[in-house]
Amino acid sequence: MNAMLLSLLAELFPRGITQYLVGGLFVGLGIAVIYLGTGIIAGNSTLLETTLSYVSDLPRFQRKKYVRSRDWRVVFALSIVAGAALYGLVFTPGIFVTDVQWWRLLGGGVPVGIGTRIGKGCTSGHGVSGIASLSRTSIVNVLLFIGVAIVTALIAAALGVTP
Amino acid sequence: MSTTTHHPLFTLVIIVGGLLHGFGLAYSRMARPEIVLDFLQLEDLGLLFVMGGAALVMGFAIHLGTGVLEIVPLTGNRYAKREKSYDRNVVVGGIVFGVGWGLSGICPGAGYASLGIGNYEILWGLAGMFIGAYLQGLWRARRDSTDRESPATGD
Repeated sequence: MNAMLLSLLAELFPRGITQYLVGGLFVGLGIAVIYLGTGIIAGNSTLLETTLSYVSDLPRFQRKKYVRSRDWRVVFALSIVAGAALYGLVFTPGIFVTDVQWWRLLGGGVPVGIGTRIGKGCTSGHGVSGIASLSRTSIVNVLLFIGVAIVTALIAAALGVTP
Repeated sequence: MSTTTHHPLFTLVIIVGGLLHGFGLAYSRMARPEIVLDFLQLEDLGLLFVMGGAALVMGFAIHLGTGVLEIVPLTGNRYAKREKSYDRNVVVGGIVFGVGWGLSGICPGAGYASLGIGNYEILWGLAGMFIGAYLQGLWRARRDSTDRESPATGD
């Protein structure tokens, strides 16, 4: 029985869970520090629209709350880049470059940009803070995007797209 | 979410939070699209612990803020939960985002972090995200100009 459980765990979590759990705690801690310090629930996808307000006159991007928050959102994103770089320097010297093909990144990035903005959030806004708030809106959004993403990834794999 | 306070500590808090968040995204391997795709192909479900662990910490913070502290020290505002209005956009957006996430294995925060671990190829994905965000802005501008009763949505 024990052996069965262990082999099931090894199958579901072939890389173990430590790095996922520890990483997740830090992911949450970062948003929690900002929340407790400022009251702001920082999401990541809003950066896309607010940053466009620097270069586009479209009213969608020029809304007051976007223009007011765009500066700190850029600081937040740059700090995320720096935090990840810090991890890289300390734990995995040398740079990581993905093998996932450029057209997948570009072709997937476009619907990510559209979908997070229409859907009011992404994996951090809905997936972490929204879930933490037990928000029905976020729970629906997260279940949908995880489900659709799994189907999409399985189809891509079945079509022989690797990686 | 209404604050633009220029309290001297404001930017410092944002930076510390961003550093921890980015460090976590790299530590959790979410900054590697391969790992995310492995999760979505059901080959390694470890990412559940990333989202779960992060939501647990943030849930504790929200409980502390809304239930105990109540007033934000830097701004004087009240702490709140994250409650976006529910409408059809939440469904449509979730589905469209899911297609993109499943195809590429990247999402906004993990995308920024990926750049931090040296993954210059992720620039393709980041460019795609900005193009996507711009396209929805264009589309909404066009819709709003034809539809005089346009409800304000989004964050």
